[in-house]
Amino acid sequence: MIGEKLFLAILMTASIGAAAGYLGTLMLSKRMSLVGGPLGHLTLPGITLALIYGFDVSIGAFLMLVFAILLIWLFEKRTKLPLETLTAVVFSSCVAVAFLFLPSEEIETALIGDISQLSPVTAFLSVLFSATVFLIIRIIYKKMVFLAVSEDLAKSEGISPDKYNLIYLFAVALVVGLGIRIVGSLLTAAIVSIPAATSRNLSNNMNQYAYGGAIAGGLASVLGIVMYQLFTVPAGLAIILTSAGFFLLSAALKRT
Amino acid sequence: MNKDLALVVKNLSVTLGEQKIIENLSFEVERGETLVVLGPNGAGKTTLLRALLGIIPYEGEILWRVENKSYLPPTELLQRREILPLTVEDFYGLKGVAKQAAQDSLRSVGLEDGVYKKKMAHLSTGQFQRLSIAWALVDKPDTLLFDEPTSGIDIGGAETIYSLLHEFWKKYNLTIILVTHDLSVVWEHADNVLCLNKQGVCYGVPKKALTTKNLRQLYGVGVKYYQHKNL
Repeated sequence: MIGEKLFLAILMTASIGAAAGYLGTLMLSKRMSLVGGPLGHLTLPGITLALIYGFDVSIGAFLMLVFAILLIWLFEKRTKLPLETLTAVVFSSCVAVAFLFLPSEEIETALIGDISQLSPVTAFLSVLFSATVFLIIRIIYKKMVFLAVSEDLAKSEGISPDKYNLIYLFAVALVVGLGIRIVGSLLTAAIVSIPAATSRNLSNNMNQYAYGGAIAGGLASVLGIVMYQLFTVPAGLAIILTSAGFFLLSAALKRT
Repeated sequence: MNKDLALVVKNLSVTLGEQKIIENLSFEVERGETLVVLGPNGAGKTTLLRALLGIIPYEGEILWRVENKSYLPPTELLQRREILPLTVEDFYGLKGVAKQAAQDSLRSVGLEDGVYKKKMAHLSTGQFQRLSIAWALVDKPDTLLFDEPTSGIDIGGAETIYSLLHEFWKKYNLTIILVTHDLSVVWEHADNVLCLNKQGVCYGVPKKALTTKNLRQLYGVGVKYYQHKNL
């Protein structure tokens, strides 16, 4: 019999991992897989505040993400510098500010996540939000692929890039906010990029690719939690190493 | 004069950023006409098509009198197909086309049913060209807007595209607006030609519009075109 805590951990990480893997397949199509990294780092001040004042890290992360995106947008309007440069400015500043205040005993939790203090309410909300993100991505998926194939072609068929990119970015922010719960702010790029890359290696069409990303992400999370239980390694690291193992296997199996 | 017009463009100007790309351009396209938009690189040809499609802001008047338009960007711009495991079935799925209709459309350009399940990245250049025509025509449009459909492909491939286009133009009385920098396309396929280099340099029936003077103005000094006698 598995304990309640373990069951909740598996349920939560599997759903977050699946949503992140599914979204990752879209991010790969837009060559945005690495964006998860800086976005994860941006959340550090929010996580720090959450850890100091004892509220949920995902809430802190999500609010910080919205604030940082707004800040980048405002800087871009004022300076006309490339978004990439401004993201670097804001995310490195966020990391520096966070470390000024982050209690030393909480550094590991902030950087690589911690699921040991998981409550049923947190697990339930995480599953609910993951399912919501999954549904949002499912609704916009085909349109986003159309935009990735050719933006002009998609526009000529009446698809608005602004509308769908906004929904997509909102989904990215939600997934990063959820993802830091299991892998921390340092490794969020991994949960979106590795399952997508694994799925890309093995899939023969878009359906296999999209749902393959979700399956690879979900399965890596479940096996990661099992490893976390068996070897008492941090759950986030175990999930990412399992995911990396899947990728290696897919690279070996890929027909060139 | 009662022309059956598909498109009327009056005093069209397009500015992107600080730069004026098209200035004060006017022309008309009749139903069933093939208009070739000719001009050097950077002349504003693609911008014109994008304005006609309503996907960029413009000044002036663009009045379409046909409902169903289909657009195809240059083949080389569809290279993203390499990143995704997009199959032909997925490609049709982007437009919401059902299997039967998609397979009928593939057959209409001489592609076998087996192509339907193939990855786009695994198609030969010839198959891909045929597919792009079939895909653009699957909704049975009245009007086709093609942007450099043969850019980056060899002469044989270009012939395939143009002969297929010609076949469908005859069969369905299509209105075609075709952007190219290739002069030979004009002689073979155009009812009218619009020479564009930010402004309209010439417009009309190719024999009258493509004078040496106009071509020099369009492409620079030293350009002449000799029409093949067997065309």
